Amino acid sequence: MAQISLPKNSEVNKGKYFKDKTGSKNIRKVNVYRWDPSTEENPRIDTYEVDMDNCPSKVLDILNKIKNEIDPTLAYRRSCAHGVCGSCAMNMGGKNGLACTKPHAEIDGDIDIYPLPHLRVKRDLIGDLDGLYKQYQSIEPWLKNNSSKDTTEIFQSKEDRAKLDGAYECIMCACCSTSCPSYWWNGDKYLGPAVLLQAYRWIVDSRDDERKARLKKVADELKLYRCHTILNCTSACPKGLNPAKAIAEIKKMLATANV
Amino acid sequence: MSSYNIIDHEYDVVVLGAGGSGLRAAVGLSEAGLKTACISKVFPTRSHTSAAQGGISAALGNMGEDDWRWHMYDTVKGADWLGDQDSIEYLCKEAPKAVLELEKYGVPFSRTDEGKIYQRPFGGMTKNYGNGIVQRTCAAADRTGHAILHTLYGQALKHNTEFFIEYFALDLLMKDGECKGLIAWNLNDGTIHRFRAHTVIIATGGYGKVYYSATSAHTCTGDGNAMVLRAGLPLQDMEFVQFHPTGIYGHGTLISEGVRGEGGYLVNSKGERFMERYAPNAKDLASRDVVSRSMSIEINEGRGVGKDQDHVHLHLSHLDKSVIENRLPGITEAARLFANVDVTKEPIPVVPTVHYNMGGIPTNYKAEVLTVNGSEKTVPGLMAIGEAACVSVHGANRLGSNSLIDLVVFGRAAAKRAAELIKPGAPHEEIPETETQKCLDRFDKLRNAQGDNSTAELRLAMQKTMQSKCAVFRTEKNLKEGVNEIRKTYDGMDSISVKDRSLVFNTDLVETLEFDNLIRQAVTTVDSAYHRKESRGAHAREDYPNRDDKKFMQHTLAWCDGKDTKITYRPVHNSTLTNEVQYFPPQERVY
Repeated sequence: MAQISLPKNSEVNKGKYFKDKTGSKNIRKVNVYRWDPSTEENPRIDTYEVDMDNCPSKVLDILNKIKNEIDPTLAYRRSCAHGVCGSCAMNMGGKNGLACTKPHAEIDGDIDIYPLPHLRVKRDLIGDLDGLYKQYQSIEPWLKNNSSKDTTEIFQSKEDRAKLDGAYECIMCACCSTSCPSYWWNGDKYLGPAVLLQAYRWIVDSRDDERKARLKKVADELKLYRCHTILNCTSACPKGLNPAKAIAEIKKMLATANV
Repeated sequence: MSSYNIIDHEYDVVVLGAGGSGLRAAVGLSEAGLKTACISKVFPTRSHTSAAQGGISAALGNMGEDDWRWHMYDTVKGADWLGDQDSIEYLCKEAPKAVLELEKYGVPFSRTDEGKIYQRPFGGMTKNYGNGIVQRTCAAADRTGHAILHTLYGQALKHNTEFFIEYFALDLLMKDGECKGLIAWNLNDGTIHRFRAHTVIIATGGYGKVYYSATSAHTCTGDGNAMVLRAGLPLQDMEFVQFHPTGIYGHGTLISEGVRGEGGYLVNSKGERFMERYAPNAKDLASRDVVSRSMSIEINEGRGVGKDQDHVHLHLSHLDKSVIENRLPGITEAARLFANVDVTKEPIPVVPTVHYNMGGIPTNYKAEVLTVNGSEKTVPGLMAIGEAACVSVHGANRLGSNSLIDLVVFGRAAAKRAAELIKPGAPHEEIPETETQKCLDRFDKLRNAQGDNSTAELRLAMQKTMQSKCAVFRTEKNLKEGVNEIRKTYDGMDSISVKDRSLVFNTDLVETLEFDNLIRQAVTTVDSAYHRKESRGAHAREDYPNRDDKKFMQHTLAWCDGKDTKITYRPVHNSTLTNEVQYFPPQERVY
């Protein structure tokens, strides 16, 4: 039987241990994935003892505390700090989410922080989303409308506008796609929940004249039908959206419409 | 001397920043056939435009009669007459076109019963020159910025804009007072890139992070502003920092003015709707500076709520459930996540929080950067747009929803102007190596800094100084202390420490470079505030409580070399752009 193991340079080693220096009685251990491509070293898990008495409630607050007070070399993305920009998506306590909205109190025991799963890592907690962004471009995320009137808006009823609710709010953090086993195995060909939700957003926009062409474009064994309704995407979405339902809607449209 | 391998690029135009204004400019430039690069330290949809909630102003008249002249009057008054009325005319007249264009791009605006773009009331937006409230602010629920930003990124993709993402810009390349390009560091692989361009358009946003408590993102560090200072050019009106009335107490998360637009109101510890006393007509929908000051007075006079009586309550539980669900879903989520509040049952604890920089890089209404050398002059090869720019349309205080419209109107204007000035593919001039060397020496020095002061400590000291010495209310004594303290922090840079030596996603170095940018802006802000001995808009001096039009109908210009500043003034433009509207002479500003 073939033996499958990680290449030697991919094995994750035990890293540095940063002992608390504050003397706090309220300490949590935080284990963080570290890797810098500019060194020859393997990835490692560094452990930080963090004083929770002086730490606000979210996982991002822990990371900021580590970076500001313990180890400035830790690299992660962050920007808005209130769940709208999608920068700080990562895997915390085994679940994908946004560090800025995830309360650390929801994680029991030691807090494990990893990059989003199954992405190439650029460094530490920074995953490579270039592939996902290319797929996003491939669904042509812009309105295709042939009207030439430019003195008024394109009218849209409240009911038609409501169809975009639950789709346009996506912040492209990639928590859903990187929680999807199908996307793990076929991420190069399967569009994944994040991008399919965006495809859906344009398909159901009543102002768009290319609905059929858009449906045809995603109607593909790999691009769409690699979704096996596992629903990890919906459970992972930090914005409470339902990409699985959007994918099901696309499948339903394809099954019932003459495309 | 530092030595790095340099990768060279040539473009007609380089846009620095990929938020609302940068993307709108990039789209226009690509349409005009100019070879365009758009450089950003974050992926475009991560830009802070995504955080804008309430809406984008334009006199469309979808919800009753409206006129761009009324919008112009409101903006002039909101600006406390510090805005340039030629630029304000341009903004308000172009606004409806710019919003309809966004709608055509695909922005999912909320709708009226007739299927038109929904518009809500907003602070300071009135009809018929201050006589009654108008609904002028176009909204996509309370996620208007997010909707616009994602749509504009889609348009940029449609036009095949070339992006350089997660590149951190270091400095402008100047030659004989003209801008010739810039240098940036690619965080992905650590390489250094030199971009030659006929025009650089700075769209790097605001610098809210000089303060401790701000609605601004961690990335709002005004990098472009600091690059302009290092290039020996001035920043304008830096003392005008907007405190948004409703940041969540303790966390700073923005709660949209749209909440008050939809009927929410502020209440003190006595259960009193105190805004009725300060602004009998507009009440909770007075200008942001007015509401923030009123809240601060309530708190200072002991009528704040909470254990420390240091904030007030924003009530919206009386609103119709469908209004909350359909028009305010985002703030409902924010209040739950960051204040642990169910808005259908409880009020949100709020406090005035730093939100927006009216000041920035001086430009004319065509987005060309200005300097003063004897008289007002443009800087060839350099433009600025968005929050980074000071056009000046917001003057001493910006009206809510005038920011998003500023982004797209002047993003579009910059692209138009660049298309007039540049012949696609024109050859580039040689730039002396000394400019590159100067930039890389600064980079290398910080990269290898081995002092005792961590960047985080210095940043915190700066933020605390700004928060306590350059806040909603200011005094001579306070500002003088600020002027001195901020220089002590600046001196701390001599012994700054960077622990990370990698060139790949070295966020320790990024934060240090950002701090180097922030501290220069902190110095110009507090110095500009110290020198303006009057109260106007967001700049409220307790020792000079009145507006002084004789002395200060002028824009502050501040140059900054290290920690030394030079402050001069240039007159506010006192004419309109065309005769379609008359100049609005200064009046007393009451709401």
